[in-house]
Amino acid sequence: MSKFRRFLESRGFINAASSILAIVVGLLVGLVILLVSNPSEAFRGLWVILQGGFGGGAKGVGQVLYFATPIIMTGLSVGFAFKTGLFNIGTPGQFIVGAFAAIYIGVKWTFLPGALHWIVALLGATVAGGLWALIPGIFKAFFNVNEVISSIMMNYIGMYGVNYLVKKNIYDSLKALSQNVAPTAVLPRAGLDKIFYNMTGANNVHDASTVNCGILIAIAMAIVVYIILNKTTFGYELKACGYNRHASRYAGINEKRNIVLSMVISGMLAGLGGGLLYLSGANGRRIKVVDVLAAEGFNGIPVALLGLSNPLGIIFSGLFISYITQGGNYLQRLDFVPEIIDIIIAAIIYCSALALIFKNLVVRLVGGKKKEAEDIAAEAGRAGMSGKGLLPPEETPETPEKELAADQEAETGKEE
Amino acid sequence: MSTFYFLVQQTMPFAIPLLIVALGGMFSERSGVTNIALDGIMIMGAFASILFINKMQDHMSGQLLLILAILVAVAAGMLFSLLHAYAAINMKSDQVISGTALNMFAPAFAIYVARMIQENGVQQIQFTNTFLIKEVPVLSNIPVIGDMFFKNAYITTYLGFAILIVSIIVLYKTRFGLRLRSCGEHPQAADSVGINVYRMRYCGVLISGGLAGLGGLVFVVPTSTNFNATVAGYGFLALAVLIFGQWKPLRVLVAAFFFGFMKTIAATYSGVPFLQDLPIPSDIYKMIPYIATLIVLAFTSKNSQAPKACGVPYDKGSR
Repeated sequence: MSKFRRFLESRGFINAASSILAIVVGLLVGLVILLVSNPSEAFRGLWVILQGGFGGGAKGVGQVLYFATPIIMTGLSVGFAFKTGLFNIGTPGQFIVGAFAAIYIGVKWTFLPGALHWIVALLGATVAGGLWALIPGIFKAFFNVNEVISSIMMNYIGMYGVNYLVKKNIYDSLKALSQNVAPTAVLPRAGLDKIFYNMTGANNVHDASTVNCGILIAIAMAIVVYIILNKTTFGYELKACGYNRHASRYAGINEKRNIVLSMVISGMLAGLGGGLLYLSGANGRRIKVVDVLAAEGFNGIPVALLGLSNPLGIIFSGLFISYITQGGNYLQRLDFVPEIIDIIIAAIIYCSALALIFKNLVVRLVGGKKKEAEDIAAEAGRAGMSGKGLLPPEETPETPEKELAADQEAETGKEE
Repeated sequence: MSTFYFLVQQTMPFAIPLLIVALGGMFSERSGVTNIALDGIMIMGAFASILFINKMQDHMSGQLLLILAILVAVAAGMLFSLLHAYAAINMKSDQVISGTALNMFAPAFAIYVARMIQENGVQQIQFTNTFLIKEVPVLSNIPVIGDMFFKNAYITTYLGFAILIVSIIVLYKTRFGLRLRSCGEHPQAADSVGINVYRMRYCGVLISGGLAGLGGLVFVVPTSTNFNATVAGYGFLALAVLIFGQWKPLRVLVAAFFFGFMKTIAATYSGVPFLQDLPIPSDIYKMIPYIATLIVLAFTSKNSQAPKACGVPYDKGSR
């Protein structure tokens, strides 16, 4: 077999190609909807979507990074939980308590000097998110309460609790929003505003993007999560508990502690996401006191699914969703409804669920064997979380021995 | 006593949609298909039926219109759930992924269509509520029960209870119910005795789609006068009620009413004499239903009884 053929039939290539195929089909669905809404502008509309963030010049690209930051974090949160056999649907709650903690510290703890202020505020957000996920974790480990239901409850408790605390402590009653944080608590721009700006007006005013060091922190966190999951004994134990709780206990792993820790780490990631968004210092980024769950939290689920729960994949899926969402905003200039983008994203995710069809198609295109395609498709199904949400993980008959074996190898290699 | 009647009457709009949707989810999950798309299906059902009411309300009103709208909601829910069934059953896909896709699609689609077809391009769909029954003749004169159930009610309340009774009979007293449950517990065994697992799972998902669509309408009608492409996360709460009720109809009923009653107290505490004097802010009251559910769960979840094969795609080839 030539090298090129081997590349074409490798898992990585087939996975990536079928993801791209899913995206193409999703965009075709979008094109159909554009044609139905307004045939004469449809192709221009599609071009605007494809251009995405680039439609807004350098500033637009900055905005893509800015809006990608929170969904990468919640995507990491959901993806990390998936990898450890848990379905963390509690990201909206963890996100908003994290945001509250960050804003509270940002407004009140002005005694902290300079850079320490925003760092402490972010740490506060992380701790708050972790604490919020601690409860479903403890309930799961010690009372056998399904983490889906307890984290849905924690979402609402968090939302109402934050509304109450905002009104009591840091309320701007004129605008019905939380107060602005002190300037020292605003995340530094890390020079990114010098890259992502547009010149506007006669005097060439710098119209800078609101992007800040948050995106760098998010990418760094993704790498950290990747290392924890794939390169450490700790991460291996967490994954083992997800695959089979009882077998892990038999192997001498403290499975209760690991379930709690998985939930807490997942919550910390979501909480940090809340801090990163609400400390950006952008205009209007303040907690609204309304009874609506944080959308950034739920958006973590599609980001994680599209990234196949792989931390590095999540960086790209977060950027991609942010990118075409930006395109959707520019779509309004052509009088289209921006919700078309959500329909396209939904179609892409649906297509990525139909892994079998797409992988068969890719394999047929490159001329591989059908059996192999089914193996790969089945594995891709596992990369998500076949319905584990409503199923105690110990009962899922998923046995990704290969992955575990690979991990084992990596580990023994390291110990030697 | 009048406070008690008031609370019971107010509980219905919260508890009945949860009951209907959770029962729907039960059929899907007992057949072996996880359905986290309940929220999206509710939105679709509510959207189609409220749009129907909006278009038809100049020509008819009252119970006839509501009954027709119910049929529209059920049909829309079933149609939409077919997407989930196809992915989950034929394509053996990850059911959380396709469910998430449906949840994302529904509100976007509802807003998009509403803005495209309404003249002024707004996303809310208005409707006039002509469906409240002040008093049911004869039955409302029964002491106690008459005040509790037959005043200020909607026919959807009775429909909810009817669905509960039918669900119990179908699930436990018919051949269909036994087969459905066997597909959720051990599909290979079911297949080996000649049951068509794919068809049973399609039935389960379609029933859940119909009931969830209906639940969307039932939720919107008493609580609002317009539909804004949301059911306030009730689909997820119904999922919680389903797990809380351990996938059993009567326990789902208890769970739905426990939650609905707590929610009623949170929403109407200012109308209850001894609660309104307490110095507790409204946000804290709103947290009570969720905290109470968590506490109850901690004591009742030791033996979870999830259907064994729920969420696992059935593949004839694998044994």
